[in-house]
Amino acid sequence: MDRAGGFFDEMLGGGETARPPYSGFCDWLAGEETARLNKKSKEAETFFRRTGITFNVYGAEGANERLIPFDIVPRIISGREWARLSRGIEQRVRAINAFLYDIYHRQEILRSGRVPVDLIADNEAFLPKMIGVAPPGNVYTHIVGTDIVRTGEDEFYVLEDNARTPSGVSYMLENRETMLQMFPELFSKIRVQPVSDYPKNLRRSLAACAPERCDGKPVVAVLTPGIHNSAYFEHSFLADQMGAELVEGHDLRVVDGKIAMRTTRGYAPIDVLYRRVDDDFLDPLNFNPQSMLGVPGIMDVYRSGGITIANAPGTGIADDKAIYSYMPEIVEFYTGETAILKNVPTWRCSEQDSLDYVLEHLTELVVKEVHGSGGYGMLVGPAASKREVAAFREKLVAKPANYIAQPTLSLSTVPILTRKGLAPRHVDLRPFVMVSPRGINITPGGLTRVALKEGSLVVNSSQGGGTKDTWVLEE
Amino acid sequence: MLGKTAGGLYWMFRYFERSENTARLVDAGFRMSLTRSASDQDEWMSVIQTTSIREAFEERHDEVNTATVTDFLLRDMTNPTSVMSIVEAARNNARLVRTALTREVWEAVNECWITLKDALARPVRDRELPATLALIRQQSALVRAALHGTMLRNEIYDFARIGTFLERADNTARILDVKYYVLLPSVMHVGSSLDNVQWETILRSVSAQRAYRWLNADDISARSIAEFLILDRRLPRSLAFCATKIVDNLQFLADDYGERHACHDAAEALVSRLRDNTVDAIFDIGLHEFIEQFIRDNNALGQQIEQDYRFNG
Repeated sequence: MDRAGGFFDEMLGGGETARPPYSGFCDWLAGEETARLNKKSKEAETFFRRTGITFNVYGAEGANERLIPFDIVPRIISGREWARLSRGIEQRVRAINAFLYDIYHRQEILRSGRVPVDLIADNEAFLPKMIGVAPPGNVYTHIVGTDIVRTGEDEFYVLEDNARTPSGVSYMLENRETMLQMFPELFSKIRVQPVSDYPKNLRRSLAACAPERCDGKPVVAVLTPGIHNSAYFEHSFLADQMGAELVEGHDLRVVDGKIAMRTTRGYAPIDVLYRRVDDDFLDPLNFNPQSMLGVPGIMDVYRSGGITIANAPGTGIADDKAIYSYMPEIVEFYTGETAILKNVPTWRCSEQDSLDYVLEHLTELVVKEVHGSGGYGMLVGPAASKREVAAFREKLVAKPANYIAQPTLSLSTVPILTRKGLAPRHVDLRPFVMVSPRGINITPGGLTRVALKEGSLVVNSSQGGGTKDTWVLEE
Repeated sequence: MLGKTAGGLYWMFRYFERSENTARLVDAGFRMSLTRSASDQDEWMSVIQTTSIREAFEERHDEVNTATVTDFLLRDMTNPTSVMSIVEAARNNARLVRTALTREVWEAVNECWITLKDALARPVRDRELPATLALIRQQSALVRAALHGTMLRNEIYDFARIGTFLERADNTARILDVKYYVLLPSVMHVGSSLDNVQWETILRSVSAQRAYRWLNADDISARSIAEFLILDRRLPRSLAFCATKIVDNLQFLADDYGERHACHDAAEALVSRLRDNTVDAIFDIGLHEFIEQFIRDNNALGQQIEQDYRFNG
């Protein structure tokens, strides 16, 4: 196998032999022929297509349903590595919830001067309608997807905290299902921690966040924008696996101070709504009046304690990319501890000194829109053409506060299977976290996204990324 | 169960029934065009009429022949009732109601869509037509088989079945409506080979030519064909059979929910009009009038069901 120069490869490290977490897998691999593996890989694709595990691409004509390419070489994390990672994630998620509670109540962190007031006051992701509202159980982020990248044996960074409506968990589950079907022998040889409890745990975790006045078994529903949404497969998958109803805005209305869904026998109340609709579209009476996706009046029901909305409205302020740069301070402020997981050094272009630096070093940096997601609207300096850099420079100068910049990280690689055999590609990791008054639950593993193009650092599925099964080994 | 989900299931199975019926109509039309020496235009025109899309067809095509009609009915995405349009709509509904379907049903639906998308990607040539039509029917049969084999007999199943039989009744009635003149007593053509071919086409359009022969041997008459398709409760595509099935499935819902609606009365009225009737009485009031009234009542029943079970709010 070729090794990408200068990058940490998770299978081989710096040497010729497999790192310990991969040794069992590599023993197995040594007995396999590339041709057979490639055939298996084709089978996996057929399986995904038949099962309909697809995502919709906006604006693409014709075949607008695509498969996310699946690579059959697993990404393997040792139990010890995972223990440290999950401690770090838990600490961070705790801090985020404390931060959100504070920001919508006493705003101690602003008073202390650790986070500048403007950053909140002028931020679109901050929802004044949430001020003074205590969500049931004081949980804001019921589901979090923390994006983590690795650059060395012990070097892990948090790249983003997805605290709004992180997606991808269905791929984590289906990837494992696929691997179990294709290579059962691997799982009898290597002890991998299971992920299949996720839907059951999610249901429990959401039910534990039901409003106080709910007595009896809480009714949970998943709110989707509809079948044309890019993540619709995941919405229906999760509803199906949790045994929850999958509803759209037009199935819901306010009845007797509760949110109720239209059934064949009349309106039935819902206690917990796992919504996969953005804040802005949630309630046309309170937010975007044009929205057809939400439920008129749901915010009023919410404020009066009639329903749990997961994640809570207004959580976006916590995963805003400008706030991100303050995460080490935020973790310390609320937990009294130093952050276990590092932040990527970040220049806030709203600050003149930083902007000057960023403009001088555009070709070395990654510049991102503060509110952007999905890998759109960003510049990867080292990979961009002169013209792209020049065009981006104009946008940046016109609205500096819209951008942050980070060094180009040397993302670790994990091999993928190509027709000629294994070849290293860059990866990231999105573990999935559930929060309820009962505690924080992190599914061992998560979604590993991989940039399929040689040398590419962009792992987003909308831009040619694929996924891998992620194994956390039993110790 | 969500009203939207009930509606999604109901329409999904109406769509599948319709695609199968369209394939069967094209099959019958194609056979006529091969066996008749005269121009095949009339026959294709009556196929077009049966599917109620004459205007749309004439906007797209100047000529009526095997190539234009099969293309329009099988794969033209601008025709909302073409097999491909319908199968796509059915699959969209399946995605909508995914949480109500077993994995087997969903995969059969998805497979049907993938297979037909490929088979109908290019215009179908005459020599491929029989195989393509067989494929459409087969894919639809696989979906039905998965439904029968894996789904609980509960409200979900009931709504799927109600959709199936409403659509099927509508389809058989439309075939009779377009061809009613062939079945009328007439001094012309009586006993001629033209009549025989026409009658056989009708039977073929509802996959009933073998069944008819089992029951009637060589005694082919307009009256007995009409009786068979309208009143015979042994034939799974007859109006009486479909209406009875609708009543049964609506009754399951009423038992399950402990609540009856206006649609229950409407469905029972439909059945009793068929049960208490004879083919002579139908010919006395007029076959055409009888069929037209049935199509109207059947449609009204569908709308009543949508309303009673809150499909759309």
